[in-house]
Amino acid sequence: MATGIRDKVAILSMGCSRFGERWDSSPEDLMLEAFNEALAEAGITTAQIGAAWLGVCLEENNVGKTAVPLAQALRLPGIAATRVENACATGSEALRGAAYAVASGAYDFVLALGVEKLKDTGYGGLPVRTRGVNNDLWLPNSTAPGAFAQLASAYAAKHGIDKVDLKRAMAHVSVKSHDNGALNPKAHLRNRITEEDVLKAPTIAAPLGLFDCCGVSDGAACAILTTPELARALHPGAEIVTIKALDLSVSNGEEASFTRWDGASIATARRAAASAYASAGVTDPRSQIHMAEVHDCFSITEAVLMEDLGFSEPGRTVHDILDGVFDRQGKLPVQPDGGLKCFGHPVGASGLRMVYEIYQQLLGRAGERQLARVDLGLAQNLGGHPHQNVCSVSIVGRLGA
Amino acid sequence: MALQKPHGLLATSRYVPRLRLERSEIYAQHRWMAPGLRSLAKGQRAMANWDEDAVTMAVEACRPLLSSLGNQPVSALTLASTSLPFAERINAGIVAAALGLHTTTAVRDVASSARAATTELIRALQQTDAAAPAQLIVAAERRTAKPASTLEMIQGDGGAAAVVGNGPAIATLLGTHSEYADFVDRFRETGQAYDYGWEERWTREEGYLKIGLNAIQACLAQHQVQAADVDHFVMPATLPKVNEMVAKRLGIAATAVEPTLADTVGDIGSAQPLAMLDAALRRARPGALILLTAFGNGCDVLLLRRTEIPCPGQEPEPGKSETSYLKYLAFNGQLELEWGMRAEMDNKTALTAAWRDHARIAHFEGGQCGQCGTIQFPGSRVCVNPDCHAQDTQSPISLADAPAHVLSHTSDFLAYTPHPPFQFGHIDFDAGGRVLMEFTDTDQDELQPGLAVRMVYRVKEYDARRGFRRYFWKATPVRSTSS
Repeated sequence: MATGIRDKVAILSMGCSRFGERWDSSPEDLMLEAFNEALAEAGITTAQIGAAWLGVCLEENNVGKTAVPLAQALRLPGIAATRVENACATGSEALRGAAYAVASGAYDFVLALGVEKLKDTGYGGLPVRTRGVNNDLWLPNSTAPGAFAQLASAYAAKHGIDKVDLKRAMAHVSVKSHDNGALNPKAHLRNRITEEDVLKAPTIAAPLGLFDCCGVSDGAACAILTTPELARALHPGAEIVTIKALDLSVSNGEEASFTRWDGASIATARRAAASAYASAGVTDPRSQIHMAEVHDCFSITEAVLMEDLGFSEPGRTVHDILDGVFDRQGKLPVQPDGGLKCFGHPVGASGLRMVYEIYQQLLGRAGERQLARVDLGLAQNLGGHPHQNVCSVSIVGRLGA
Repeated sequence: MALQKPHGLLATSRYVPRLRLERSEIYAQHRWMAPGLRSLAKGQRAMANWDEDAVTMAVEACRPLLSSLGNQPVSALTLASTSLPFAERINAGIVAAALGLHTTTAVRDVASSARAATTELIRALQQTDAAAPAQLIVAAERRTAKPASTLEMIQGDGGAAAVVGNGPAIATLLGTHSEYADFVDRFRETGQAYDYGWEERWTREEGYLKIGLNAIQACLAQHQVQAADVDHFVMPATLPKVNEMVAKRLGIAATAVEPTLADTVGDIGSAQPLAMLDAALRRARPGALILLTAFGNGCDVLLLRRTEIPCPGQEPEPGKSETSYLKYLAFNGQLELEWGMRAEMDNKTALTAAWRDHARIAHFEGGQCGQCGTIQFPGSRVCVNPDCHAQDTQSPISLADAPAHVLSHTSDFLAYTPHPPFQFGHIDFDAGGRVLMEFTDTDQDELQPGLAVRMVYRVKEYDARRGFRRYFWKATPVRSTSS
């Protein structure tokens, strides 16, 4: 009988590079920057790492295939290394692979590292690419903002919400993330903005304007994992942070081809959250989850996710957002680090960056953006488009929480 | 003796692209160097959208004919055009596949002159074998003309089609006459972009008023028809006053001269005779005598008799005024614009994959589960219905004519498209099935959840590097034809 992942794996340490337009940094530089931070406080040496997982999504735009770039950048001692990819949820996949390797008892110490070097394309936004030779014959060559903008039209229609109100709530999401990002020295975007700035910005994919879209960044993030026992042995008396849930739901084509999905929600997020809550013993997410890092690639994504993750009642996200529930001072802070919106979105690193922020908050290291109380945090990482995606929900907290 | 079903024209149709470029806007850009175009700067010319070509317009022209035929089989499809997208690859085969015609249908392309379609129409009308199944003759043009040329002003884009066979004919053939003449009033060598034309006055005097006139007179004499008895004179010359002059010389009443649709469509080349015939048939009373001609390196003449059978189908929608001449140039590849790096995407088509999925792409074929009835696109081995998931139960079903509506949509200014913004969304088919697809021919702010849409066959992407284009279906708003 499967017993899940809860409290079987401890986060020994984490690292995260500064995110942004790192023109002068190679992917190798970014990997090393994140890894050095993690290694400095892990209490182990590189030689003790038994296996590694590399998450990189758009490898053709940066490091190329296989896990060799990781092994080479860190000069790993010839150990097992695996490259994983699950679109924008790639970072979470690296974490999952590494965590299950520890949970299985196969390794004492493992590394999960995600990296993406996106600013070598010559243009803004994610790179254009084929969707496979058969899909290219019929699927629209859509962009990410175009795909996520669909949520806004379907959500407004389903709940009978005025487009202006929805746009205002979306603006609030971005204003909040900029406020938080301004307090984060590693964030890509550290400027504050106003609701008016958002509403006046040029349209990218209606109704999404420039400030409804997250930054596309260079960066890396990593975690060194071990067992709670080894973590305690290495750092007696220190707070131990463990993984409570690592769930993933993958679309099987139902949302895209069957007419049951409403187009106004992320079906996979609902499934992944349900399993993660069951695994972590969460029955009332709005009160039991103390902070969340969600996949706010676009403001509307964050807005609908509040319902999908059970933070808002159906049809209530606009009200909760405008009431400040998810602000840093609110009842359930979301994206205290600025999120994808402002911390930035180096695709392969983002899932690990989300957990990095929860880890910082749990250990009281979040500086100016430190939250009052965090025992349990949630990271939701989405790869793909609303109608067809992989969605990871990870819950991390204090050992025993 | 058993009554033989009449043989003749069973239906005609025409397709006009939605955009209508104001000629005054063309003139406004050229008046500094070509003030003489002023006399032509009236009305509108039909302008193909960036995703239309002779093939897609032929498909749209044929679709209403197929619905009027019901289940009657089609034995042949002939595509006439001087602007065929492919020189090697049967263009009519692309049209037939989009229409879902049986693989035994004879497909052929005919080209090279404005009478390419009428020559085929004569051939089909003369095949009066009682057992012969219906034949489709379609013509469509998307021709590019040199900026500031007369042709740029007078040409238009569009298509027209006719179906010939046994059944309730809307018109029957009385007789025909054809003459060829290597009379070169204009030419375009293979591989060249633009026509080269001689003085119009000479074309009128020596061409229409001699070659044309003689052919028509020969036809009337041969079939013992008096010119004065012609009720509808369909002569597709778009040079001013030519049709009226020919009619007068022949003794055909001035009131019988059919309008050339020059004010709203323009000269659509090989499709022009069929388009004017379609318009004339819809106006003609039962028993009316129609004289159809086509001029191009000779002359085709057909004498037709309108029957009492109502014409199936409808007049084309009125279209939408377009005032950007630069957009017209860009659509036709006559103006190189900075489209940004996203336009550099390599649209190479894997021809193996394209063949494997040809029914899916050409005829919008999905699958319907025999167990639960769910319609799905793409069709698949395992049913998408979560309550079913039956394996290998699906039979093909085309979504091309299925009513549908919008679930969600966006207008994307980031994605590359030759006509920004890139509009796409989830489309729900009323009888089941959901497809993420592109929109075309929309108005700003027209899209909304619940909007009724219909499917049209269009160019999906161009592969300029290899000279290829791929086609797929797009959603367009259902508009009332009266608007």
